[in-house]
Amino acid sequence: MADGIKDKVAILGMGCTKFGELWNKSPDDLMVDAFIECLDDAGIEKSEIGAAWYGTCFDEVNVGKSACSMSVALKLPFTPVTRVENFCASGTEAFRGACYAVASGATDIALALGVEKLKDIGYGGLPDFGAAMGTFQRFIFPNATAPGAFAMMATRYFDKYGLDPEEGKQTLAKISVKSHANGAKNPKAHLRREVSVDQVVNAPIIAWPLGLFDCCGVSDGAACAIVTTPEIARSIKKKDPVLVKALQIAVTSGEELMYTEWDGHHVETTTRAAAKAYKEAGIKNPREEISMMELHDCFSITELVTYEDLQISPRGKAKEDIDEGFFELDGRIPSQPDGGLKCFGHPIGASGLRMLYEMYLQLNGNADERQIKDPKIGLTHNLGGFPALSICSVAIVGR
Amino acid sequence: MVGITSYGAYIPRYRLSRMAIYMNIGWFNPVTMAVAQGEKAVANYDQDSVTMAVEAGIDCIKGADAASIDKLLVASTTMPYKERQNSAIVAAALNLKSDISSVDVTVGVKAGTTALLEAVDSVKGGSAENALVTSADCRLGKMGSMQEMFFGDGAAALLVGADNVAVEVKDSFSLTYDFADHYRDEDMKFDRTWEERWIRDEGYSKFIPEAVNGLLNKTGLTIGDFAKVIYPCHFGRVHKSIGKKLGVAPERLQPNMYETVGDAGAAHPLLMLVAALEEANPGDKLLLVSFGSGADAICLEVTDAIKGIKDKKGVKGNLEQKTELPSYQKYCVFKDIVPVEMGIRGELEPASAFTSLWRGRKAVLGLVGSKCKDCGTPVFPPQRICPNPDCQAVDNFEDYDFSDKPGKIFTYTGDMLAFSFDPPAVYGIVDYEGGGRQWMDFTDCSLDSIKVGMPVKMSFRRKYVDKVRGVHGYFWKAVPVAG
Repeated sequence: MADGIKDKVAILGMGCTKFGELWNKSPDDLMVDAFIECLDDAGIEKSEIGAAWYGTCFDEVNVGKSACSMSVALKLPFTPVTRVENFCASGTEAFRGACYAVASGATDIALALGVEKLKDIGYGGLPDFGAAMGTFQRFIFPNATAPGAFAMMATRYFDKYGLDPEEGKQTLAKISVKSHANGAKNPKAHLRREVSVDQVVNAPIIAWPLGLFDCCGVSDGAACAIVTTPEIARSIKKKDPVLVKALQIAVTSGEELMYTEWDGHHVETTTRAAAKAYKEAGIKNPREEISMMELHDCFSITELVTYEDLQISPRGKAKEDIDEGFFELDGRIPSQPDGGLKCFGHPIGASGLRMLYEMYLQLNGNADERQIKDPKIGLTHNLGGFPALSICSVAIVGR
Repeated sequence: MVGITSYGAYIPRYRLSRMAIYMNIGWFNPVTMAVAQGEKAVANYDQDSVTMAVEAGIDCIKGADAASIDKLLVASTTMPYKERQNSAIVAAALNLKSDISSVDVTVGVKAGTTALLEAVDSVKGGSAENALVTSADCRLGKMGSMQEMFFGDGAAALLVGADNVAVEVKDSFSLTYDFADHYRDEDMKFDRTWEERWIRDEGYSKFIPEAVNGLLNKTGLTIGDFAKVIYPCHFGRVHKSIGKKLGVAPERLQPNMYETVGDAGAAHPLLMLVAALEEANPGDKLLLVSFGSGADAICLEVTDAIKGIKDKKGVKGNLEQKTELPSYQKYCVFKDIVPVEMGIRGELEPASAFTSLWRGRKAVLGLVGSKCKDCGTPVFPPQRICPNPDCQAVDNFEDYDFSDKPGKIFTYTGDMLAFSFDPPAVYGIVDYEGGGRQWMDFTDCSLDSIKVGMPVKMSFRRKYVDKVRGVHGYFWKAVPVAG
């Protein structure tokens, strides 16, 4: 019986560009910037990379199809590169490929890189889903966007817990205010301005009940990781490396939308991926054992339900933790210390690796102004798709 | 006996006050003030003659055995397709069986009555047992034109058969004249018309009496034999004067619906007929006349079976359910009369794969899903493997029609980022009564009027128009039902 990859893979190096509306950076520029930082950090030559995984989402813009764009941009010496795509969870998907390659013994050193160039589409938000859903779905899929798809979860959550929209929006606003405060401390973040609850609550509506500040930044950026075995990492770095404790993914079976038992105010894939990840990592009480988290806060409501789906807050009680400052930088489990998708930004294919980058910096004590005191275990949560049709990756890293 | 066995109607939800038109564009053509009475029915941005013909058809065949319908006639002068049979789309949306004959009856506003006569002939001749006639029009007038005032949108449907006939079609008399009072060529979006006085005096005032007199001569009946005389004429004064000339008592003249709907083109005589049938008594004789490139006059007689036609929304139900379209500008946008800034997102229109549509036609056009024969779970779109995690049966499904199933709003949003001709784009997830769940667009509602748990019904709508490739794409949306 397979027992997972706990402690079988170490992070040797990481790199991440500044995220933002990088009008003068091409996807190639972004990949090279992230890769060079990562390679320097890892202290290896690129010829030592045995295999690579490459995460991007919207291939109709960005880099197009296949893995060639990355291997050519980085001039990888005929290295095996696999391009992966799983909506917004593509970054962690690339990381998973690299980790599995090392854990299986197929290669000693593997690379994972994610990049997305969203600001070449000419309009706000993500590229329209019309063409992205396949030839049949487009006949029957609603005229929906990501904010709307997640807003439906807020409608459901408010209805379930009897929050009137004003009350609900106040709670959601505190989530965004916290992330803005963290983002302001991060030189690589896209949005670096602190905001108030009033500003968040009074912002223009994007998809009712979510307003502008309930939505994450739409950004360009790239992030990457080089992984290896703990033994090789120790031999190169001469110290204890950051290890992968768990890496789990859950993809919907379709029953949320096709069967009528899903309640609409939680994300089933997160619930399932988290349970599997805790088991793999040997975590019994996540609320006590996890030091910090980077969650997929594409929208404020997503972060709220994720607190509950990850068993950090009891169902329906996230509001109490939010009100107590539980997730703030000086709270019990700081969440989004780098600003999150909300403020660091969300270049789709890069986001999962960007989350790991912050955990890596924090565990190595390199997070400067944002440094959390003596963190042991970090969790990343990377969600793709919509609450009703989703892909969730949960990674746990630590020493 | 051959005749009408059921009827139905559809009038779109929005009504635009003619005074609102005048207040906005009357400066351009002040004479439109003379006809600025009442309101006109306006199709929503996601409706056209095909979708409205479907709505009227649904109202008409409700309670009837759809499998017994073996002929479909769709009449309109505003068919979205010139090549690709519009009636085939209507047939698919109504989930009619495939071994039927179908025909588009078009290009003149008497097409509605012509389709009715064709249906009667088919049943009499034995080529069809039950023929469904459904007619819809949504004609456009240019900004500031009289036609903009006259034309309204609407649809009516009649089921024609030989069993349980509620309205016998006894006789008819037709005229055909190349009277070019108005026309549109292949590339024109708006009608061109000749002088109004000529249309009134030489058109309506002559053809309708000629057709009526022709029918009276043929049947030996007199005008006094008819309980209702029904003919379209959007000139109110002329409508009355024709009646007077024919000797119709004012109370026997069926109102022209100008102030409630406007002139619904090919559908209009049938819409007026449905209104008359809602008030008709067994034994009543009705005289139905159309106008356009001549006229059809039809002699009808109501039977006892009229009492058996119940639960129709009809004209009455549709007129009761209305919402004012608050702005003329919105009307111009819905009707694509003036361009609006769609943004790059709004302009994106991926190609329609007709192979994929063909495979999924029952689901897309008919809203037919599947129901697991093992556990009874209904699912949309159809699946090979049951989505019930405790069942998972493979290939053990039967077709399941969701289009007539009521639902409830599970959740919803109003999306300002998605492009919509009527922002915000309102959509949500619907739980169907009896099982099944669907994430779908909502229509005919405002964001602030809906709530979790609110009932919805399904409505066939135009989902998109791909102007680059000339595709009108259709699917179903949920309409929240107040109260």
